[in-house]
Amino acid sequence: MSGLLKSSIGRKFAMALSAFFLMLFLLQHFAINITSIFPDNGATFNKMSHFMGTNPLIQYVMQPVLIFGVVFHFVMGFILEMKNNSARKVSYAKNNGAANSTWMSRNMIYSGGFILVFIIIHFIDFWFPEINTKFIQGDWSGLHDGEFRYFHELQHKFLAPWRVGLYVLGFVFLALHLLHGFSSAFQSVGANNKYTRGLKGFGKVYAIGIPVGFIIIALFHHFNH
Amino acid sequence: MNLTLKIWRQKNASDKGKMVEYKVTDISEHMSFLEMMDVLNEQLVNSGEEPVAFDHDCREGICGMCSMYINGEAHGPDRGVTTCQLHMRMFNDGDTITIEPFRAAAFPVIKDLVVDRSSFERIQQAGGYISVNTSGNTTDANAILVPKENADKAMDAATCIGCGACVATCKNSSAMLFVGAKVSQYALLPQGQVEATERVKNMVAQMDLEGFGNCTNTGACEIECPKGISLENIARMNSEFLKASFKG
Repeated sequence: MSGLLKSSIGRKFAMALSAFFLMLFLLQHFAINITSIFPDNGATFNKMSHFMGTNPLIQYVMQPVLIFGVVFHFVMGFILEMKNNSARKVSYAKNNGAANSTWMSRNMIYSGGFILVFIIIHFIDFWFPEINTKFIQGDWSGLHDGEFRYFHELQHKFLAPWRVGLYVLGFVFLALHLLHGFSSAFQSVGANNKYTRGLKGFGKVYAIGIPVGFIIIALFHHFNH
Repeated sequence: MNLTLKIWRQKNASDKGKMVEYKVTDISEHMSFLEMMDVLNEQLVNSGEEPVAFDHDCREGICGMCSMYINGEAHGPDRGVTTCQLHMRMFNDGDTITIEPFRAAAFPVIKDLVVDRSSFERIQQAGGYISVNTSGNTTDANAILVPKENADKAMDAATCIGCGACVATCKNSSAMLFVGAKVSQYALLPQGQVEATERVKNMVAQMDLEGFGNCTNTGACEIECPKGISLENIARMNSEFLKASFKG
């Protein structure tokens, strides 16, 4: 057990566990965001956002775990990539990677890198202002001019076309990353059995469905405000 | 057919090496790739040049010695074959064929297209065996029942010839398909259970020590493997390793 994280398989296992956690978080994030396009002028979205933003368990336990999960996944990803690069010191003069593997599987580091950039922008847009309002200014009311501010902030952010374009691009890279990452995580924890085919099918639905859903939300607010 | 060959030439392990171009003519489409290389070497010897060194032995897809990276793929463009089983009918007249050694830090080039794959042997020595009681108090092998499905899967895993195509084709130079097959062929059988925990831990530790990369599940190894070793074996090794690690 002590040497697990030092071994190649142990690191893959840790990557897969953090991936499972992040995929679950993504699903939860989507489930809340989709309520913002409900025809109730943001009432459900405001209610759920306020609950997530003020619940002590989420704010003081799940939020730090999430940040750790995100940082761990990226740092371990880069560590593994560097180790993998050092395992072949001389490159092939001619290499036909497309003959035996998908573009997504060969370029996880690039799709992941773009997602990292997207997450930083996303944090600047939403997370840092939230942290500032709650933890620095001490305002946990969630109100602005007597009304919940969450829905209006969301609408405001998606006014600028460049930001919407950037978010759409971020979600495209997220889909590319998940198209390989979903089934890869199961393989890494040793799950390859009679359910694998079905799981791969579900993985494709998840990998395309969730990012497309996020894109629809971004475009909806851009064109309806 | 007439061909242009771009071949990696390297005098010895410390030489820098470079790609060198050769022309070969009147190559029959019925020749194997190695026979085409023989023609080239005969041509080189007749002109007083050093022939191209390449590994080969059985020339019938069993020994796993031939190890060329042809036109960007391990064992060339055909599927389920070793280089010796690759026929020249897979190419066209006038083609330029790039031929390189298998590339991996754990497979250093010895000369030209010959690489040192003894790292595989050391992984096998670390755990690729079972202990058998030979004291006279033995059990008849037929008395140990093995589920048919497990026996078939163990046999499939045991068909790995250790050629190294999985390492050569993997973008990370990972040896996990090879090690996964060697772990699986014992893990699936009752005879392999005695050393199961130590076997997988020791073989994975040796694999890491040799400098192979990490598997990122691209699946390229499975496609290029001449024996069709399944990715299921990597998952089984992962599972065996995690079980062994949590046992302590």
